[in-house]
Amino acid sequence: MHQFIWLIPILPLVGFILIGILNKRLPIQWSGGIASVAVFLSFLISLGVFKEVQMDNFVPERIVYFNWIAAGNLTIDFAFLIDQLSAIMLLVVTGVGFLIHIYSIGYMHHEADHSRFFSYLNLFIFFMLLLVMGSNYIVMFAGWEGVGLCSYLLIGFWFKNTEYNNAAKKAFIMNRIGDLGFLLGVFLIFMTFGSVSFKEVFEGAKQFSSNDPTITAICILLFIGAIGKSAQLPLYTWLPDAMAGPTPVSALIHAATMVTAGIYMVVRSNVLFELSPYASEIIAIVGLATAFFAATIGLKQNDIKKVLAYSTVSQLGYMFVALGVGAYDTALFHVITHAFFKALLFLGAGSVIHAMSGEQDIRRMGALKGKLPITHLTFLIGTLAITGIPPLAGFFSKDEILAVAHGYSLPIFTLLSITSVLTAVYMFRLYWLVFYGNFRGTEHQKTHLHESPYSMTIPLMVLAVLSSIGGFIGMPEIFHAPHLLKEFLQPIIWKSATYHPSHSFEYALIAVSIVALMIIIYATYHTYVKRGQLPEEDKDLPAGIPKLLTNKYYVDEIYNSLITRPLDYMSGFFSTYIEKGFIDKIVNGTGPALQGLSGVLRFAQTGNIGGYVFSMVVGIIAILLLTLIVY
Amino acid sequence: MNSILSVVPIEYYLGLSVILFTIGVMGVLFRRNAIIVFMCIELMLNAVNLLLTAFSTLHGEAGGQVMVFFIMAVAAAEVAVGLAILVMIYNNLRTVDIKEMNKLKW
Amino acid sequence: MLTLVLIFFPLLAALGTLILPRDNAKMYSFISSLIQLGITAYAFILFLTQGTDALAANYEWVPALGISLQVGLDGISILLVALTNILIPLIILSSFRNNYSNPAAFYGLILLMQFALIGVFAALDGFLFYVFWELALIPIWFICLLWGGEERIRITLKFFIYTLAGSLLMLLGLIFVYLQTPAPHSFSIDALYQASLTAEMQGYIFWCFFLAFAIKIPVFPFHTWQPDTYTDAPAQGSMLLSGIMLKMGIYGIIRWMLPILPLGIAEWGNCVMILCAISIVYASVIAIYQKDFKRLIAYSSIAHVGLITAGVFSLSMQGLQGSVVQMLAHGINVVGLFFIADIIQRRMKTRQMDSLGGLANNSPLFSILFIIVLLGSVALPLTNGFVGEFLLLLGVYSYNAWLAAICGLTVILGAVYMFRAYQKVMLGEVHERSVEFTGLAKSEKIVLIIIAALIIVCGVYPKPILSITQPALEEIVLNLQGVN
Repeated sequence: MHQFIWLIPILPLVGFILIGILNKRLPIQWSGGIASVAVFLSFLISLGVFKEVQMDNFVPERIVYFNWIAAGNLTIDFAFLIDQLSAIMLLVVTGVGFLIHIYSIGYMHHEADHSRFFSYLNLFIFFMLLLVMGSNYIVMFAGWEGVGLCSYLLIGFWFKNTEYNNAAKKAFIMNRIGDLGFLLGVFLIFMTFGSVSFKEVFEGAKQFSSNDPTITAICILLFIGAIGKSAQLPLYTWLPDAMAGPTPVSALIHAATMVTAGIYMVVRSNVLFELSPYASEIIAIVGLATAFFAATIGLKQNDIKKVLAYSTVSQLGYMFVALGVGAYDTALFHVITHAFFKALLFLGAGSVIHAMSGEQDIRRMGALKGKLPITHLTFLIGTLAITGIPPLAGFFSKDEILAVAHGYSLPIFTLLSITSVLTAVYMFRLYWLVFYGNFRGTEHQKTHLHESPYSMTIPLMVLAVLSSIGGFIGMPEIFHAPHLLKEFLQPIIWKSATYHPSHSFEYALIAVSIVALMIIIYATYHTYVKRGQLPEEDKDLPAGIPKLLTNKYYVDEIYNSLITRPLDYMSGFFSTYIEKGFIDKIVNGTGPALQGLSGVLRFAQTGNIGGYVFSMVVGIIAILLLTLIVY
Repeated sequence: MNSILSVVPIEYYLGLSVILFTIGVMGVLFRRNAIIVFMCIELMLNAVNLLLTAFSTLHGEAGGQVMVFFIMAVAAAEVAVGLAILVMIYNNLRTVDIKEMNKLKW
Repeated sequence: MLTLVLIFFPLLAALGTLILPRDNAKMYSFISSLIQLGITAYAFILFLTQGTDALAANYEWVPALGISLQVGLDGISILLVALTNILIPLIILSSFRNNYSNPAAFYGLILLMQFALIGVFAALDGFLFYVFWELALIPIWFICLLWGGEERIRITLKFFIYTLAGSLLMLLGLIFVYLQTPAPHSFSIDALYQASLTAEMQGYIFWCFFLAFAIKIPVFPFHTWQPDTYTDAPAQGSMLLSGIMLKMGIYGIIRWMLPILPLGIAEWGNCVMILCAISIVYASVIAIYQKDFKRLIAYSSIAHVGLITAGVFSLSMQGLQGSVVQMLAHGINVVGLFFIADIIQRRMKTRQMDSLGGLANNSPLFSILFIIVLLGSVALPLTNGFVGEFLLLLGVYSYNAWLAAICGLTVILGAVYMFRAYQKVMLGEVHERSVEFTGLAKSEKIVLIIIAALIIVCGVYPKPILSITQPALEEIVLNLQGVN
């Protein structure tokens, strides 16, 4: 497999170039086909790599292709690192990526500019693979920024819409804020360890004592990068806006892969974070705050994709809590299961939107169960998986996070549990409102309702299966089954938080969560289906908390008035007052100043020859006298 | 030393030059007739010439006397041009009073 | 010897335009610049195989004053010469769609400019450097004055006097250093390097030199001539100014200031660093507000060169390497950006971004090429801008971490103003005027595709550039460390 590894990222890149050049000449079957085949081939190679990594005698492999940047004592190789972590991420990225490519062929059917769409998707896969496979922070950063670019391009795919363009720009800029933190972190890493390569950095780091201030600084800076990319407080607002992009993009980039890059990066750097309990604590708190905060917003959103977006933010918060408490493998576990069920939910939502002729407001849906049987069933599986009903995937990973959180601190555990209740509430609210009750759309939409084509439903089914069984790779202890993922990841995790909750606690946790979920499911059913209560129209919103939640705590407005507008104002101020009014005045002022001076001096020019001669003589005498005095 | 300086010592030349030069300067400063100013300038030049020849003899250095010829040549040229200008001015202004020639100002 | 050919060939070519029938001036100058490019390629090969000695030449000029015609190319200057000779054909080609009056004079001046620029980069004699430095001002002044916009007379006068004032200070400093060289005095670079200067003297000379360079670069607060001039100059003038000419200032610092004035730099370096940091943030913030696309590019250029200067004064290997790479990258990117502005202006008759919009709809190829240039300019990894900016920021970081954080704001602000501009110009609803926007002509395609290719190639494989500059810069850094 070794000699084929370079093909993994190159194949999608070739796909991008090929589709990009042929562009409009391609029918959608071809552009989508090329893109999908490229990703599928990458997936096959990744499978081979995975097989190899699984072998007992496997040692992590660093494949250097060429020397990228070298300056002074800095050398950065363009190199890939194949180990357990990258192997598993490769599978997730190419696997889920492939399914979403297939889905897109159906979804983008009516889009004239489909070639552009597929070329961007392939480019995204290329950068994501670069991110995952990079063997040092800079190659990782290349992928890191590249996925940000693709996210920009794809959010703003329909570039005629100014709002979409704004969302795209916002995503890119907010990511860049994080990227600056990441860059500074990398600089500090280089200053401290003299290298940016994972291997050397982690080996060097192991010499440091716990809570070393330098390591803490590195961790915090890297985490700022993760905040931007993985949409945590306070840089999360771009992610809900990013829903402006086509739905497959939301599924691929803004749920399954790109946004989890921050978590991947922290897991990759677990040696550093392990050394800094202080930074880890910050991560846990930020993650927890984000999880809770986003879940509360999710309760009152009425756009099907916005609900899922806030749910993503919230779930990412979960993963960061796991990272913060030191359970890196658990975080990755949730990354994987989340990739399955969130991609499934988004694609399901896409299928609903497709059927509803572009409608996204859940107040205009309802009773879609009968018309969209496959979408309904798979969406239900996704919903059950995210809420954590055993034995679906979400249950295992979430349960594990709750368990380790419990071992870390009780307040975190409590708040996290409340969040998980909120998750169930907004997800089932969404589910009942979309699939049950009465149809509330227009007549036109009603006649148009149809189940999506196979190219869309087959990925849904595959993801539904994965969401159902994906959790079995990480069984809790009480089931006496091996925790496959934990064992697999062992070599790359330096010190994992080892917390073994008592069996009685585990049983209690499972029992309580099942009961609580049942109650929630019934309660939401009662409210939204039986009583047929609908979310209020925007203008009828009662003041107070519901309004605050529907308006997302006015965070966008606050940022607007705290940052965007002052920046604009400052720009204008600099431009008008400092630039033109001050600096340039001084520069231009030298002209008038000289003119003024000459205006004074010219009166010495009397025109009187006698006067000139007289001053000349006086001058000569003065010089003579001066010479006499000096010498 | 059979130089002329043994007959008339250098101090005399010096004194005469200074007196001539001062007369010249005073003339330039205080007279208003352009022609007289001109003559005073010539007087100053000749005072310097006298001094140059005297010192040239004193030091036995020919360079000073060469300089004198040079100055005389320049002075001649200057007079030629200067007088021509004066004639032109007189033709235009009907005066050679330098107080009247003050058009070149500010 | 070859270096002299490189310098004087453009001069001959420029003189040739005088006797040429005027209709052929475009093609003639383009071909001559291609020949020049060929010579450069040959020189490059010679440099790689035989080293710097193959390109050195030294002839007497004014022996009484120790002035000689000493030229040569090392790792830094050969790259800048290469940049000049790659950009000039592109700049000439970019003007194929413009119909300037009196083309023979226009192209003659561009070639004359090329002559002076290569002279600046190749000169190894202080006096010769100064002569070329001033000479470069004359053709660009005429280009801006004769083919510029409405306010060209006022603006070019300011530009001319401002930069000239700086240059005179440099001449002053140069003569002072010359007088301190071991007897018999000489302007040769080796003699200047050996001048015995006390720390106090170096402090004064530092400002003489730095003001000249800072005005040319330009660094805050000596930059106010620049936005006006860039905006009002004809497109090719802006390209010459920002693409190549401002590199003269940075090159001057590396070649003439760092080795001659190590103590002066030790004393005042931090002051310059702060000015650079202000430059970056200040210009970036102003760029956000700009409505005129060309003016926006002008301010973004100030921010970029501010970072380059900061990297140079960080005196670290990374900063210096980064500065050379970024000089090349910025040269290519900014020429691309100005060309894009020109393409838009020629078709739409306006550069006001508010009255543009939706151009992406009419020409997908144009929008792709635009975005590649833009990515190079915002330093996305795998474009040329990233390599430079990364090394520069790393260099600044090794100097002072907080300063690097401030300079790093360019990463964010750059994205803000560039993407804002892109959105306003290219995206959104198709503006009624934009309907007429036609696709790219052949010459335009060629120029932009070459620029885009350079951006990506230099970003993916910058190693050759880095390894060429390494030895020359190492010498400078060692010298600096030896003194401090």
